[in-house]
Amino acid sequence: MTALPPTTARKLGLVIDLDTCVGCHACAVACKQWNEGGSFGPLPDADPYGKEPLGVWFNRVHTYEVDRGAGKAPMAVHFPRSCLHCETPACVTVCPTGASYKRAEDGIVLVDEAKCIGCKLCSWACPYGAREYGQARGVMQKCTLCVDRIYNQSLDEGDRQPACVQACPTRARHFGDLGDPHSAVSRLVADRGGYDLGPDLGFKPVNKYLPPRPRRDGPDLAPAPAEAEEALDPAALPPILRWLDRVLSR
Amino acid sequence: MHPAFSVIAFTTLSGAGYGLLFLLGLAYARAPLPLSREFALVLIGVASALVIAGLSSSVLHLGQPLRAWRALSQWRTSWLSREGVAAIASLIPVAVLAVAVWHGEFGPVARASAVAISALALLTVFCTARIYTSLRAVPAWTDRAVLPAYLMIGLWSGAHIGWALLAPTGIGLGRAPAIAMVVTGLAIGALKLGYWRRLSTGLLPDAGDVTGLGRLGSVRALEAPHTEANYLTREMGFMLARRHRARLRPIALVLLVAVPLACVGWVSWRGPGIGAPLLAAAAALLGAVVERWLFFAEARHVVMAYYGAPAHAP
Repeated sequence: MTALPPTTARKLGLVIDLDTCVGCHACAVACKQWNEGGSFGPLPDADPYGKEPLGVWFNRVHTYEVDRGAGKAPMAVHFPRSCLHCETPACVTVCPTGASYKRAEDGIVLVDEAKCIGCKLCSWACPYGAREYGQARGVMQKCTLCVDRIYNQSLDEGDRQPACVQACPTRARHFGDLGDPHSAVSRLVADRGGYDLGPDLGFKPVNKYLPPRPRRDGPDLAPAPAEAEEALDPAALPPILRWLDRVLSR
Repeated sequence: MHPAFSVIAFTTLSGAGYGLLFLLGLAYARAPLPLSREFALVLIGVASALVIAGLSSSVLHLGQPLRAWRALSQWRTSWLSREGVAAIASLIPVAVLAVAVWHGEFGPVARASAVAISALALLTVFCTARIYTSLRAVPAWTDRAVLPAYLMIGLWSGAHIGWALLAPTGIGLGRAPAIAMVVTGLAIGALKLGYWRRLSTGLLPDAGDVTGLGRLGSVRALEAPHTEANYLTREMGFMLARRHRARLRPIALVLLVAVPLACVGWVSWRGPGIGAPLLAAAAALLGAVVERWLFFAEARHVVMAYYGAPAHAP
């Protein structure tokens, strides 16, 4: 059913720390592995092991250079991009079949791959590029927030979190209920000034991004002052020191 | 945006079919056309065939065509679903009118179905246009000219096909229809010129805007997430049309508007013939295809800003 739930009991989502992300792509690879590798058989990509592999990744890590003006060192910011599980997602309401839906209990936006007709309209409606079309399956695919992990009773409790969050070596990804103002993720967002992507589009993303912390400015770019060469007249030195100077100057 | 053949075929063929159905509905709501029943059925049949050809091509482009029936279920929220429902519903009064034409009975049922044909034809093309105008991720399509252009180009190409089909019967272009044609043609030209002018001045968000990093400084995409193309860059990052738009836009306007208008003028001056309406219909349909190809291929999707697309169209 593509009508959106008026409210969701919880707002599960991710908080991504752009300050600590080092752009290693471990989250993207772990995501691909959990969702398409292993027990599900060979990768359902086009030309998966060839020259031009083409397949669905729910998570893509961009890298940007931020030029902060003269005298300040430019910053490299690694930017993981995935579904933001919006509160009012256009991708759900445009779906003609009811395959796309937003869960009332936790706000996760999902695609029922048994109902999807592969018309691709939802991918056109999403400004965040969260949805990719799976050529092999003929249906649209997207981040599930690892719905098959986070409630999975057969996993250890510590493993009941999205694969990307678990894989991150710098703990730049946090998972939790952003609808609860007292949750760890909500406090993190409040402390660090977490922000929405494209807030003016009006889709109310649940995922938040933490901005890079302020950098030390000024001296980074200024060239280190060259050590002034002291004038030395070797001829004025005693013979031993003159010999030492000659040896050391070689 | 990637201009998929199926979507262009659907919107142009079905648009023309619904335009013709709209006009036939208007005509039969007043009085039956002075035609043999066989020829009247040919008219209705051609219009329906255009609609069905367009619908079929749009179904065939789906990843899972056999599940297409599911697309009729979400009319409460989805313009695509509403379009499907309206498209199929419009074929019911068409069948009723076809039976009435065959039996030569033009009672209240036939007239009511003629009115329903016009209303549903208009509604279907309206829904088609709303699919695109409601996509905030493709700002060009939210332009105010998109909806009227869809409706008028459908009507325009349908009218020319109807004119060409009627030409051999000796039913020429009357004075009022000819004036309506000229007004519609000029209006389409004005709509498209205005759309293209606003398209060239419109700004899209850049990498700094979409990532929220713009507040720290000017943002440049340094490294893409992947070395090869992916679904997004193929589907949303289509650039060919913007490179050749200076040539394609005049071609679209000449075929879609200028040639048909010249044909209308020629017939008004030299009297009815068969050649001019045929040329006008062919040019209008071909022009509609070029216009629709540009409509898709020129439009830029916001997501490409993550890949470093500039705020200005290149």
